[in-house]
Amino acid sequence: MGGYTGKILRINLSEKIIKTEALNMELAKKYLSGRGLAGKMFTDEVPANVDAFSPENKVFIAAGALTGTNTPTSGRFMVVTKSPLNGTLAASNSGGYWGPQLKFAGYDMVVLEGKADAPVYLSIYDDKVEIKDAEHVWGKDVYETTSILKAEFGDDQAKVLTIGPGGENLSLMAAVMNDLYRAAGRNGVGAVMGSKNVKGIIVRGTGKVENANPEGTKVALSNVLKKIRENGVTGQGLPTYGTAVLVNIINENGVYPVNNFQEAYDPDADMISGETMAEKYLVKKDPCYRCPIACGRYCKWDEGEGGGPEYETVWVFGSNCGIHDYEAIHQANDLCNKLGLDTISVGATIAAGMELFQRGYIKPEELAGIPLEFGNAKGMVEWVRKIAYCEGLGAKMALGSYRLAESYGAPELSMSVKKQELPAYDPRGVQGHGLQYATSNRGGCHVRGYVISPEILGLPEKLDRFSLEGKATWVKIFQDLTAVIDSTGLCLFSSFALGLTDYTGLVNEITGFKYTDEELLACGERIWNNERLHNLRVGYTKADDTLPKRFLEDPIPDGPSKGHVHRLDELLPEYYSVRGWDKEGVPTPECISALGM
Amino acid sequence: MHVTIKLFATFRDGRPKVEIRELPEETCVKDILQSLGIAAEEVAICLVNGRDANEHSQLVDGDTLALFPPVGGG
Repeated sequence: MGGYTGKILRINLSEKIIKTEALNMELAKKYLSGRGLAGKMFTDEVPANVDAFSPENKVFIAAGALTGTNTPTSGRFMVVTKSPLNGTLAASNSGGYWGPQLKFAGYDMVVLEGKADAPVYLSIYDDKVEIKDAEHVWGKDVYETTSILKAEFGDDQAKVLTIGPGGENLSLMAAVMNDLYRAAGRNGVGAVMGSKNVKGIIVRGTGKVENANPEGTKVALSNVLKKIRENGVTGQGLPTYGTAVLVNIINENGVYPVNNFQEAYDPDADMISGETMAEKYLVKKDPCYRCPIACGRYCKWDEGEGGGPEYETVWVFGSNCGIHDYEAIHQANDLCNKLGLDTISVGATIAAGMELFQRGYIKPEELAGIPLEFGNAKGMVEWVRKIAYCEGLGAKMALGSYRLAESYGAPELSMSVKKQELPAYDPRGVQGHGLQYATSNRGGCHVRGYVISPEILGLPEKLDRFSLEGKATWVKIFQDLTAVIDSTGLCLFSSFALGLTDYTGLVNEITGFKYTDEELLACGERIWNNERLHNLRVGYTKADDTLPKRFLEDPIPDGPSKGHVHRLDELLPEYYSVRGWDKEGVPTPECISALGM
Repeated sequence: MHVTIKLFATFRDGRPKVEIRELPEETCVKDILQSLGIAAEEVAICLVNGRDANEHSQLVDGDTLALFPPVGGG
């Protein structure tokens, strides 16, 4: 066996019991690792109706089947738990170096159970695993905590995963951070760690991950490396400009949300584009483990320096808040990294707050002197801080845009799906991507099936973004393939250059499993259905597979996508049908049985 | 006629980000590519007024042409 270490580390925080157990390889064959296997273990072990903050909830921090191998982009891992933001089966992905280090230490995943009676952190050095007191770092930010834990550990090669004040204060937008600037950002997973009194996990491993077929692996690796290097997106576009290269592309297509999605074209977007970042702020690339793409940025601005920002972050603190001040965007990004918050949800919640203020729902006296108008950069940065520390109106905002807008009787002003904030693409001008938003198993998300790829970027082929034809099938295939990639521990961006057959080849050579393409993709479909079944168990229905009213009723007011609404009603029945679900969006017994679930 | 030409990413190397050109009627995208020294196969995304176009698309007065090399993200 290769790829997998075959071992799980299970920590009962209430009882302070640490044990290792063998990975269930039969389940792994069906659900791979990472998002898939951890998701399956979650649904097997944790009652669906558990309160996300109760000790009965569990956190699975799971590397992928290929994480830590020599495969390009194999630096990723998943944080899987019940989301406190929306009750879905949260699976938040992060890169960097922490995941590979966990594999080198000999573990495919860490399972956190129960609740520590006081703040603790975990220290893992191969098979030496300890639960340590974390009182002295509780309350400290991500950067400080990282350096203190490293100093205590006494080995600079150790990698730190930690929550910040956002997670400690149970913000529903709290991230789990690792390697300083990397985030398992979405679904509020950082708050679940906070609820268990776990500040972080430092890990150092001295082993290596084996390949089942070393010769075959060599050939497969050189093949995919060549494809990644020669592909225009992964070989040139992303390395040169990072993800923020999308600012201009998405804007020129007229699907770039402005002022909380009130508009979809920003004439000044170039002021905060990837090109502008490269020209004025970029110091160096900041790649993840074994990544030839190196889209990560390290920037310097007037008052500081640090990792990022990504496209989503630039957009959400920029145009979506009516802001074109790159300094403020860098500051807000840095604050989120430092305080352990999801940039997308925080920025989108501030934007929703701005619209609530614009329309008179939030009154000036609630602001304690901090401006909340679109375009006010200084105010925006201060609201990020107030959200992390739950100060004043910041406490309401820390619950996310849906609960904020609902508390003013205007939930329709939250641009979210299943209570999670939508990312930087207006669905009215990308019909397939909009269907993906509505059906994403974790709520508003762009990386559960990045249909922007065919609809805007022309990869693997160009689709008419306004057309409905074939979109339900495209969405299903993208969702299933993404579930596979997420569970291998490879970066989703590898898929700009690689196809299903490449992934099958890599998985087979490295793990020794013998999947056909169809069987591997079926793992993705199984993972998708497992997540869907969890959502149905917690009470989600067809009615929740929807988009904010604005997208269904109000045409885009201006720009290249002017006049379009999202035609979800026409797409959803076909989507259910290609998934093998009934008219209510429930997987049929035939579908479940065909998948061997 | 007047056409606005916008270039992005590496197409900006040694070329203006944006320019308004006076062009003869019936100018095609490929004529502009030629004058810019960009080969058609280097273009990944070609938009005229925000809608998909290609090298054979004919331009009219007031059009905005946007050209991108292969780029992506998420």
